[in-house]
Amino acid sequence: MSFFLQLVVTGFGLGMVYALIAIGFVIILKCSKAFNIAQGQFVMIGGYLGFTFLVTFHLPVWASIIAAVAVAVIMGLLIERLTLRPLVGQPVLAIIMMTIALGTVLDGVATLVWGSEYKAYHGVLPTLTLKVGELSVPPETLIGIIVSIITVAILMIIFRYTKTGLAMRATAEDEQVVQGAGIKVTTIYAISWAIACVVGVISGIILGGVSGVSTALTEAGMKTFAVVLLGGLDSIGGAIVAGIILGMLENIAAGYLDPLLPSGGGLASVFPFLIIIIVLIFKPHGLFGLARIERI
Amino acid sequence: MSLPSGVFQESYAQDMAIFRTRTHWVLLAAFLVLLFAMPLYSSDRMLTILTIMGITIISVLGLQILTGYCGQISIGHAGFMAVGGYVSAVLTAKLGWSFWAALPCAGLGAGIVGSVFGLPSLKIKGFYLIMATVAAHFIIIWVILQLYGITGGADGLSVSRPEIGGLVIKSKASYFYMVMIFTCLATYLAKNIVRTRAGRAFIAIRDNDLAAEVMGVNLWAYKLTAFFIGCVFAGVAGSLLVHYFAFVSTDSFPFMNSVWYLGMLIVGGMGSITGAIFGTVFLKLLDEFVTIFGPVLADIFPAIAAQAAASLGLIMRGLVIIAFLIFEPRGLVHRWELIKSYYRRWPFSH
Repeated sequence: MSFFLQLVVTGFGLGMVYALIAIGFVIILKCSKAFNIAQGQFVMIGGYLGFTFLVTFHLPVWASIIAAVAVAVIMGLLIERLTLRPLVGQPVLAIIMMTIALGTVLDGVATLVWGSEYKAYHGVLPTLTLKVGELSVPPETLIGIIVSIITVAILMIIFRYTKTGLAMRATAEDEQVVQGAGIKVTTIYAISWAIACVVGVISGIILGGVSGVSTALTEAGMKTFAVVLLGGLDSIGGAIVAGIILGMLENIAAGYLDPLLPSGGGLASVFPFLIIIIVLIFKPHGLFGLARIERI
Repeated sequence: MSLPSGVFQESYAQDMAIFRTRTHWVLLAAFLVLLFAMPLYSSDRMLTILTIMGITIISVLGLQILTGYCGQISIGHAGFMAVGGYVSAVLTAKLGWSFWAALPCAGLGAGIVGSVFGLPSLKIKGFYLIMATVAAHFIIIWVILQLYGITGGADGLSVSRPEIGGLVIKSKASYFYMVMIFTCLATYLAKNIVRTRAGRAFIAIRDNDLAAEVMGVNLWAYKLTAFFIGCVFAGVAGSLLVHYFAFVSTDSFPFMNSVWYLGMLIVGGMGSITGAIFGTVFLKLLDEFVTIFGPVLADIFPAIAAQAAASLGLIMRGLVIIAFLIFEPRGLVHRWELIKSYYRRWPFSH
């Protein structure tokens, strides 16, 4: 039983991070109707930025996060202006290919700047341990949960109580009406990319603290596709719920089924894709997504 | 379809012919002679590049039919190649079949697996379908790794080179000939598939699937047919690749290959058989360019020397695809058409 609870707790921590990454994806999709395949690369860049600021520059944690967020905002604005803006109005495939190509360029740049070897910064993040009976929450997981909750709360406040947030929600609803109301849609696009970069980078720092940084961190981005599909592509709440569900399921499935499988399993890496196929076959719009109605 | 000044078509057969003028035929013959004389005047390395290029063209042609003509975007093509490669490898290495019997089975196996993963395509499209095919790639690779009793798992499997009547196709030149024959056949086949009833149905589905269905195109059957045909090409390419390396492992079919195949379509031009070939050749030549100039760059900037080789390829290919998407979304083939029509109409350009 304690093994099960342990899996649930670490799964919950992982799931919160997935949810965070997925929120970045959903925000871009809602605001600019672009599917951002490069979200995983944002996470990887975040991990490397965390390494640079925490280990190479020896900055304190709060300063590192602020610096990383600043870099992320600039990166998001640049990416939107240089690559996505020229593609407004192009078919879905063009935009998807653009983000894929963007992802490979980011991969290449990360390898060029930071090298391809594994980097770790265990113990740099503050250590907090929480023990409930036999159950101990690993410090990285705890920090991950706390930071994710704070970030999600900030995003919720922005969406609910600021004018920009209102404009973003309106853009998601109807771009032409928003333009008619005198809001610059391109600015909203830029802001949504910046926010997606920021949440990606923050989750990258968290994941880097848990398992170290390498280019393999982009797999986290792959997993968030399962999250957003399960939650419904256009639902932020759905992304959070699905992230937590997926994180837990993945951990539990890997914990119990891996020993039963030949050649050591590796179920955790393929599990999200099984979820994707199942969701797509039985409930393509996810748990909370809007079902599209198509007309000729 | 513009023709040179003064050339007119007088029958349906002339209208439909792929090669319509004497110049076409002369150019085709010259190209084939040049291609098949390649081993006489090029190095082993050149032959390797061309062989891999030929195999890739077969696979990309399949993707062109599936994505460029039928509009069903797939980023799992390397996974379907892996199915073909492994079917062929297991049949020849474990059951002792001949390569020539295993090759059709490889195509068929990949086609069937592709159709299975194409099943959701009736309900979903766009991003959803992309995710289904991405999932297909990872699930296929995972299953292959799990079945290590049959496939050798992560250790891979040694396979033999094909033979014809006791003659083993072993040298680079002979394998080059074999692959080029297959590539030419595949190109001819693909060009004709898209001109048949099925091909026209694919185009109708790509342009507007609802309208196509109203016009009586059976969406379910034709989407699955597109998946089947596309994956048969992939399976054959996978089989050729495996027997070329004389070894099969999942590393021969990395996920990024699927992405590059799609990139080749973007660079070459969607919805054109010529485009598939142009795109493949262009991106493969870019790779060679990077292999040659990577070390030069590393000499100039020693700080990045260690990572340069791994990262420059990624950056260059990514930037090329980005540049094409922004500046020439219709691909190289569009430029090619412009050049051709200029040449044909000269001196009466208006």
